[in-house]
Amino acid sequence: MQFPILSFVVFTPVVAGILILLIPGERKNEIRVTALAAGTLALVLSLWVYFSYDIAAGGYQFVEKYSWLPQLGVSYHVGVDGMNTPLVLLTGIVMFTGVLISWGIDDRPREFFAFLFILATGVFGVFVALDLFMLIFFYEIAVFPMYLLIAIWGWKVTREYAAMKLTLFLFVGSVFALVGALAMYFASGLGTFDMLALENADFSTTFQRFWFPFVFFGFAVLGGIFPFHNWSPDGHVAAPTAVSMFHAGVLMKLGAFAALRVGIMLLPEGASYHMPWIIILTLVNVVYGAFIASVQSDFKYVIGFSSVSHMGLVLMGFATLNAEGMLGAGIQMFSHGIMTALFFAVVGMVYDRAHTREIPKLGGFRKVMPIVTIAFIVGGLVSMGMPGFSGFVAEFPIFMGLWRSYPLIAIIAVISIVITASYIIRIIGQVFFGKMPSEFVGHITRINKLDKVALIFLSVILILVGVYPPIMVPLVSSGVDNVLRLIGGA
Amino acid sequence: MDFFADHLLFLILLSPVFSAVVHLLIPGELDNLHRWTAFVLSLIPLVLSIVLWFLFIPSEPGYQFQEMYVWYSPINSSFHIGVDGISLVLVLLTTILTPLAILTSFTITDRVKAYMILFFLLEMGMLGVFLSLDLLFFFVFWEFGLVPMYFIINQWGSEKGEREVWGGHKVKARTYASFKFMIVTMVGSLGLLLAIQMIGVAAGTFDILVLTEKWVSLDKSTFNIPIETVKAIAFWAFAIAFLVKVPVWPFHTWLPDAHTEAPTAGSMLLAGVLLKLGGYGFLRLVLPFYPEESKYFAGALAFLAVASIIHGALAAWGQDDFKRLVAYSSVNHMGFVVLGIAAAAFAYGTIDATIALEGAVLQMFNHGLSAAGMFFLVGVIYERTHTRSLKEFSGLLSLIPVYGGILIFTSMASLGLPGLNGFVSEFLVVRGAWPVFTIYTALAMIGLFFTGAYILKGIKMTLQGPINIRWLNHLQEINSRELFVIIPLMILMLWIGIWPAWILSVINYAVMSLY
Amino acid sequence: MSLDASMFLSILPQILLVVLGAVVLVLELILPEEHQRNIGWVTAIGTGIILLLSIPARPDAESAELVWGGMLRHDWLSYTFTMLVIFGAGITALFAMDYKELGSRGGFFVLLIASTLGMAFMVSAADLITLYVAIETTAIPLYILAGFFVMRDDSTEAGFKYFLFGALTSAVLLYGFSLLFGFSGTTNIYQIANNLQNTSLPTGALVGTLLLVLVGFSFKISGVPFHFWAPDVYQGAPTPVTGFLSTASKAAGFAVLARVLLVVYPDISLQWGAVLAAMAVATMTLGNLLAISQKNIKRMLAYSSIAHAGYALIGLVAISRIGISSMVLYLIVYLVTNLAAFGIITIYSRTVGSDDMTAYYGMSRRSPWLAIALLVAFLSLAGMPPLGGFIAKVYVFAAAVDANMIWLAIIGVINAIFGLYYYLTVLKYVYLFRSEDEDKPITITRPMKLAITVLTVGIILLGTIFGPWFDWVTTTATAVF
Repeated sequence: MQFPILSFVVFTPVVAGILILLIPGERKNEIRVTALAAGTLALVLSLWVYFSYDIAAGGYQFVEKYSWLPQLGVSYHVGVDGMNTPLVLLTGIVMFTGVLISWGIDDRPREFFAFLFILATGVFGVFVALDLFMLIFFYEIAVFPMYLLIAIWGWKVTREYAAMKLTLFLFVGSVFALVGALAMYFASGLGTFDMLALENADFSTTFQRFWFPFVFFGFAVLGGIFPFHNWSPDGHVAAPTAVSMFHAGVLMKLGAFAALRVGIMLLPEGASYHMPWIIILTLVNVVYGAFIASVQSDFKYVIGFSSVSHMGLVLMGFATLNAEGMLGAGIQMFSHGIMTALFFAVVGMVYDRAHTREIPKLGGFRKVMPIVTIAFIVGGLVSMGMPGFSGFVAEFPIFMGLWRSYPLIAIIAVISIVITASYIIRIIGQVFFGKMPSEFVGHITRINKLDKVALIFLSVILILVGVYPPIMVPLVSSGVDNVLRLIGGA
Repeated sequence: MDFFADHLLFLILLSPVFSAVVHLLIPGELDNLHRWTAFVLSLIPLVLSIVLWFLFIPSEPGYQFQEMYVWYSPINSSFHIGVDGISLVLVLLTTILTPLAILTSFTITDRVKAYMILFFLLEMGMLGVFLSLDLLFFFVFWEFGLVPMYFIINQWGSEKGEREVWGGHKVKARTYASFKFMIVTMVGSLGLLLAIQMIGVAAGTFDILVLTEKWVSLDKSTFNIPIETVKAIAFWAFAIAFLVKVPVWPFHTWLPDAHTEAPTAGSMLLAGVLLKLGGYGFLRLVLPFYPEESKYFAGALAFLAVASIIHGALAAWGQDDFKRLVAYSSVNHMGFVVLGIAAAAFAYGTIDATIALEGAVLQMFNHGLSAAGMFFLVGVIYERTHTRSLKEFSGLLSLIPVYGGILIFTSMASLGLPGLNGFVSEFLVVRGAWPVFTIYTALAMIGLFFTGAYILKGIKMTLQGPINIRWLNHLQEINSRELFVIIPLMILMLWIGIWPAWILSVINYAVMSLY
Repeated sequence: MSLDASMFLSILPQILLVVLGAVVLVLELILPEEHQRNIGWVTAIGTGIILLLSIPARPDAESAELVWGGMLRHDWLSYTFTMLVIFGAGITALFAMDYKELGSRGGFFVLLIASTLGMAFMVSAADLITLYVAIETTAIPLYILAGFFVMRDDSTEAGFKYFLFGALTSAVLLYGFSLLFGFSGTTNIYQIANNLQNTSLPTGALVGTLLLVLVGFSFKISGVPFHFWAPDVYQGAPTPVTGFLSTASKAAGFAVLARVLLVVYPDISLQWGAVLAAMAVATMTLGNLLAISQKNIKRMLAYSSIAHAGYALIGLVAISRIGISSMVLYLIVYLVTNLAAFGIITIYSRTVGSDDMTAYYGMSRRSPWLAIALLVAFLSLAGMPPLGGFIAKVYVFAAAVDANMIWLAIIGVINAIFGLYYYLTVLKYVYLFRSEDEDKPITITRPMKLAITVLTVGIILLGTIFGPWFDWVTTTATAVF
């Protein structure tokens, strides 16, 4: 009986969260240290899983299965393959850096970390779930803490509105997916929610074509697919920094991933039937998202819309339904996750000191925050797909996949790279270089050691994957094989 | 020792990174330490490439010192590097110019650490393009080289000057120039990116050696368009990216701004090496991959080349800003490179093609030397006078005779005076292109006439004429550090001019074995 | 009819309740006023003991027998719901003990037990007359309990309104019963259907009786359009009573509804299925939409309770084993959760003295643990995992999908979204908003602590370890048929 490491990964955060709740509210430093310990543990465990995965063997590994509700065929069934292992690692990284960045939260840190960790457990649970019921169960656990985290600790101006909009949107998506899942359960006639079994269920083509949109869009709402992306920019902006990091960095991947696992893998004929028009939607995400980002004047809104654009690339990669596209999408989920966590961390650091996010009002920050500047430049280069960084490693195969299936879309989508480059350069120039407005001179404090660790850690990862793709590519490639065996080849 | 020989290229390519890391570890305030460390460390790639030069066997066809490492296996892209005669010459150029550029940069006082790190990253980017034998890697280094250069221009470029952009918003000239440089090149490269992706999908590999046969012989299209159209579109996608880089009229508009606003060392490398990336792209990729299309469109290419030659010359002639004059001269000289390539494309396999191509390659090397030299000299005078306006100089020869003499020498090389390097390469290009594109070549020669005109104008306005009182007793002669920069260039210019065989034979073998 | 041990065992819970009731009555008379609240402990512990003692007396899973001359049916349906309402009574006693002038009057507990007794008979009734008597036995103490605070207008109004509507609908119900008797010639629920088959009764007439019967039952479960008493009654009655009223009484009503519909009217299941489906949709939607604009938390929960009745109805509409199981599970979860919600309001209003939502601003800072309990309860009401409400909703929707009524499931999920909105709004008030009274602590007495802890843990357990519950409700459902 092997060590149940995945269960440890899934439940460490919530256990830590409960422990944190038991600490008296005034002992803030104890709370923070406990949170950091939990974050570190999660990171270490996820690193261990990542590097222990046997790529040659492929398939699902570290599998655990316990019967949960045998009468309905529900089981607690977890396992990792090449697609979700990087996502588990991503969550561990974001959790760790999120705690570091949140060190300064002074208003009820106990409840903050408790809710954040409940969120983390939900996220981990979805990524490793191999049972459909369990996936939805953990999916919803990941949704409701967002409401509290944003409404209570978020940006005062829009937090209530954004939190409610986000939660309702995501909940709508998840319940529609739930209905779809229930339909699949009953139609399969197998009396089980086990996804491995459902992979072999022979759903009729009509069934698949009808239900695919329910499931796909239900989950892809969280992935930010146009036209259901509207919750995302407001949600990003209103959330406190660590929550934005989680939100854009991890949560949106949850949606795309679940859409893959449940929609594409279990209803492949439905997928190939609907993809031709779905890919147009993803194209809108990519290009339109980049355009809207470039005209924003609020720093955080730029990042928020750029996430919509980059998630469009992920969904686009999935929509190609071929090996290169999926490979790129898999890597993009990781790369964008780290990059956007980095971005939001930077935005948070700037905002905490300047108390404004209006780009025209900022300037010259590199003198007081050199590491922040470099980190943002690294993130920016990733964002525009500059070779040498992980963004290129991710985007290149996506385009190759597009060439194979929808060449015209490739040509149109590439416009987004230039748009992204132009606004990234503009922001770097305006916010970090140039002249610092007089009201800030002498008032901007430096970042502390924990912030530095977080930023450097994230930047190094982006460079590492960019310069040495073999650290991730073979793993994701084997995960893609796992997906493609159900779709019928590249 | 074996390891050394087996991984020579890897070491050459990565020693700049190593140097950058060393700089990262040195504290930022120790400017002088940074300067000297940078200079010494930049000599490592130079020494290694000289070793490479001697170990290289010119008569052996194909690529030597190849190394191949796994990189992105699912899409069949690997870290594959190697040299042949052409890339060897350009590698040598890069590693010669980088130490000189760093030596030039000793007068930079602002954030020396960051500056040096960026230069090393830039060097790596350039070397990577020349050494790469994998299309994807080629693109990686191609794009990556933009980033350090962007920052070098943006942060250490000329202080003065403003440009107005849309909305009446004024930005510094260097901001404008760097932005334009980056965006125009990126847009130009978009087509390249798409075409590379498409090739990877169609042929199933990115390896240049494999593709040279496989892609050329591909006659089945994976898309619903005939293969000829696909190849034609891909050809232009590649061509445009390289035309922007060279740059060729009408894609050259980014160059005058970028060259003028860049700091001296930046301009040296920009004109000296970065432009050659475009020419190299044509030689390494366009001609071998698209022999039919190149031949078909060679006329158009020749036309654009001649337009660059003439336009560059005329524009240079009309300049009052010395640096901008030299910038346009790059357009002018690089036009010859493209003319040679066009001729070779059209007359593929003939002796004329070979000669034209040799001329093109040698012209790249020569122009690298002379352009770097010219920008350097402009920089020297700018540091003393803080102006680049030709109208404000005059009569400098009597004030700083050594400088004047050197300026004349370098200008003559740029002009193509027999006995100096420029003549050899231009002669070869013209000799090779004449039978192929007679009219275009004739027009190019008219361009040469204007080349003489603007060079002489430059010299005249700077060195001759009445002494400007401002400079009387205020000008320092060229100092030893500066001499150290320009003298190696002068030696090479003379050497190639008098006895070009040492370099021409290498190029000759390479060109002959390839085409 | 032979009186033997098994007959008595079959109504052991009821007998024990009578005993408890007698004890409580005696205690009420003896104890002085300061000690009256201890009767609450007696009630609570007593109910606990009854639950334990009933375990050996539970029926077989497969068999079900008519006892006491066909008046009662000893099956899992009655067992489950009897246990449920007794549990509800015990919890209510704990909450009521220290609540204003409720717990200090022992009569409260007597009435509580009496009503529970009535419910226990209600869910076991196999005969129309027994059923009717049981319904009245349940209702009359509840009328009094609703109006227990005689000094307050809203309470008196609540009691009176409840009484009026209850009496009215009860009369209609009785009329329906009488018609049934007239048509079939028997009052035994399990024989009516048989008898009716032999007569050639036009379907219309049967449907007529069905509608009359539905009037009475809809009142009990607060289904639209017979729900309109609920908001005022729930809001006016003393909060612990509201808790009991909204959960146990409703659950018992559902049990009876299921039994009667499935057993007496199997042949026109299409018709009553359609009626109930319409009622479910109307109930859910109306309840949810009206809850959104409420400013008084008790009234909001009243509408929310109405909406939940709608969800439970979905299960019944599915008319399958899964459907009935889902309905039962829903009611179990709903009872635990709603008791928790009203319990929290009981505790909070005791110190704060108001049921306005504005009074809940900043509750999380005054009493973090109470706020967590509220969080758990409300999220369970919204249907969020890992709480009981999630599994309850999933199961109910699954039943709908299984019965090919996807549209019903979709309406259900859309309603869940409305629900989420107003539950989250309250949570927002509790966690985000501030008030000046943040430092004043909320006193929570021991019995209240015990009750709320049991309920909160229960909600979480129902949501995570639901295996045993599934077996239970499936057995219950099977027993109906």
